[in-house]
Amino acid sequence: MSLDRVDGLDKLSGKSAFVDDLTVPGCLFGGTIRSPVARGRIRKIHFSTAVDWSDFVIVDHRDIPGSNEVALIESDQPALASTNVRHLHEPVLLLAHSKLHRLREGLRSIRVEIEAAPPLFDVEAQPTKEMLQHGSDNVFKRIDIRKGDPASVFAKASRVIEGTYRTGSQEHVYLETQGMIAHQEGETLVVRGSMQCPYYILDALTIAFDRPKERFRVIQCPLGGGFGGKEEYPSVVAIHAALLAEKAGRPVKIIYDRQEDMAVTTKRHPSRVRHRTAVDDDGIILAMEIDILFDGGAYVTLSPVVLSRGTLHATGPYRCDHVHVHGEAKLTNSPPYGAFRGFGAPQTLFAIERHMDVIARDLGLDPGELRRRNLLCQGDTLATGQKVQDGVDLTALLARGEELAGVSLATQEYAAFNRSHPYLRRGVGRATFYHGAGFTGSGETHLASEVWVEGLADGRVRLLTAQTDMGQGTMTILAQIAGETLSVDPRSIEVVTPDTSLVPNSGPTVASRTAMVVGKLIEDGCRELQRILDSGSGPPSGKDFQNALELHHRENPGDLLRVSRSYQTPPGQNWDEVSYQGDAYACYSWAAHLAHVEVDLRTFQVRVTDYVALQEVGRVLNEVLARGQIQGGVAQGLGWTLLEEVILENGAMKNHQMMNYIIPGSGDLSPIRVFFEEIPSPSGPGGAKGIGELPLDGPAPAIINAVCHALSASIREIPLTPEVLMEFLGGKE
Amino acid sequence: MSHFDLTLELNGKKVTRKIPLRSRLLDALRYDFGLTGTKEGCGEGECGACTVLLSGRPVNSCLVLARQAEGCKVETVESTSTETLRRLNATGTSQCGACTPGIVMTARWLCDNPQTLDLMSLREFMSGNLCRCTGYDGVLSGIECLLDQEEGES
Repeated sequence: MSLDRVDGLDKLSGKSAFVDDLTVPGCLFGGTIRSPVARGRIRKIHFSTAVDWSDFVIVDHRDIPGSNEVALIESDQPALASTNVRHLHEPVLLLAHSKLHRLREGLRSIRVEIEAAPPLFDVEAQPTKEMLQHGSDNVFKRIDIRKGDPASVFAKASRVIEGTYRTGSQEHVYLETQGMIAHQEGETLVVRGSMQCPYYILDALTIAFDRPKERFRVIQCPLGGGFGGKEEYPSVVAIHAALLAEKAGRPVKIIYDRQEDMAVTTKRHPSRVRHRTAVDDDGIILAMEIDILFDGGAYVTLSPVVLSRGTLHATGPYRCDHVHVHGEAKLTNSPPYGAFRGFGAPQTLFAIERHMDVIARDLGLDPGELRRRNLLCQGDTLATGQKVQDGVDLTALLARGEELAGVSLATQEYAAFNRSHPYLRRGVGRATFYHGAGFTGSGETHLASEVWVEGLADGRVRLLTAQTDMGQGTMTILAQIAGETLSVDPRSIEVVTPDTSLVPNSGPTVASRTAMVVGKLIEDGCRELQRILDSGSGPPSGKDFQNALELHHRENPGDLLRVSRSYQTPPGQNWDEVSYQGDAYACYSWAAHLAHVEVDLRTFQVRVTDYVALQEVGRVLNEVLARGQIQGGVAQGLGWTLLEEVILENGAMKNHQMMNYIIPGSGDLSPIRVFFEEIPSPSGPGGAKGIGELPLDGPAPAIINAVCHALSASIREIPLTPEVLMEFLGGKE
Repeated sequence: MSHFDLTLELNGKKVTRKIPLRSRLLDALRYDFGLTGTKEGCGEGECGACTVLLSGRPVNSCLVLARQAEGCKVETVESTSTETLRRLNATGTSQCGACTPGIVMTARWLCDNPQTLDLMSLREFMSGNLCRCTGYDGVLSGIECLLDQEEGES
């Protein structure tokens, strides 16, 4: 079924109030003074004497009551720089004023004087001693996954194929920029705003203010897009707004404008991945050696876990008994790179999927045929030793994808077309891939997510989770899951907007985990509610359920009928964090994406003329929402591949405005054709698996493979902007 | 900062407010007239999120000085009919909702001026409204529904 988006009418009518739409009486406007250099020691902060500073609220690191850190995996990132800065735009000082134009005047009238130190921008360079800023080698995280004995296979191999692949950064460009409002309510600091993870912010505030959780309340406003960009960064804005509000004794609103948002917030990790692959003459993969390097930026933030997902997807969906994956995330003096839809997997999947086409070309094999000879079958094991058991037939999936995309006919036609056309070249490319759903390894076990399902006196049901709706449809999906489980109208289900004073911690809204992991807890909670209301004739559903609920409340007036459900590790799922062996994810979603392209050799523009996205995501819960996730993810992936170039200057984004950072418009795209295979999975509600990030993995390799097919070239780097392609083909056409 | 009295025919009603001289139409609508349905996406006329109809024509309200709208008819997303919203919702036109009000206003203008599509495709026409969530297919099919409806009625 496709329940229409429950918050859709409010969004379409503009009624949904984002944080900047809220009017708070007496509210001050807050802003941030940032480091003008990439690395150095703060000498002095100069306040212009032309400004009357008496009515400004000014906050620096000395105003932080607790630990000066943005708490995440490690505590190295300060909330406000105290002595040293490690990247351009690092926050140093906060200002607030009741008038926005006075705030802007203030922000222009402060100069941070810094004794500059040499910055490190090249993540591939071996750091000299003076460049060391983290541990003994600037490495934030190092991961090795080993299977079999690749060294001895390589020693005997007759054919070893190598390739190095690079991907650029990417800016999220959620259409609503970052923003928070903080105010004091008695003893409680209340922070509301644009966020994916209310409990991350609660934890960060607790540490920065050194106060118990009960002294804070974090409330999610409707969210104008996230894509990972509002996973960890909002903690910074929240701490800043809270510091200003506490010092001012008045509410403070911080809203980044677009240019500030693009310049200073997190982005996708740039990557370099090296492949060495031993194959036999039939194209069977014998051994893989994969070396991954991610640029982590100036602080650890989420880089270790982004790297983790990257390494776990690095081999692609191929059978191989001898594997060594080595990954490193290292420091540079760029603003920290962070969570972005796909979380490391799009980078490593680009490398392996491009590499498969490179191998095919080397062997003179059709790239589809090479994949068919190596695709994982049920019962095969991944690099971690995890057994594939989602029930999907990948060979059939690829074959269906190729048929839907008309690959064999197009291949013949394009050969003739490319021989005869003076300046257009056409090609078709494919990518086969998977995406692990939910947190990696024992992540879900550590999170121990909790949800509440309440049966109300009027016969309705209320769901309480920390899951945020950033446009992907959380509120609709959770209501639909409860409605279907109880056989009641999903529009009668109340989904409570996350507020840490009201909802339990069901974990962050990331990692394609909401519908699958939290949805499953909701499904379980609803069943438990039915069991409680069972008067002997079986668990009630539909009208009987509502009657039983009303009866329960008549017999027990004032009773809080609340079911709590917490995540339990499925039996048999094991993960070893040290050896990286075991079940890295509860389950995987699988896909075959195919792209047709046309390259114009006059303008060097690549146009994707047809895109087929075929995926197996377990049961599709809501067709309209699921299709929207795939199409939106493909469009975002296409942007990363062909249009979106983050140009760095002093380590930070130089083209930080929408005028010169180009995201796809409707005219840049052709219809994205979406198809599903549905194999119900035991991991999620009604058989559903994770879906949100999967579509970001396919476009880069599928499109670049198509371009390489069209041009008989071997391009190994994205973004492939017209300028890059022109240079690549320099002198060739 | 100096102010002036701005009078608009806003969503069919004549209204006047004292506003700062240098305000953009976007600021006046959001902060002075309290209509926060119109959103700011980029502040430089690239994304179309702040699209409103000024004297019947779609404009980026971040690029229009409030003074330029003096005495004019201005229509914002708040004046959209429920039926239009319902049709758009069924196809997945909106995900996060930040670009959505601008898309709704551009779509409304197109429904009043469907002959525009004799000159260009719907896909080309909508390329001034950027959306980061949908990949546009849901948006375009929503607008096609509206256009079909208009055609059926005329």
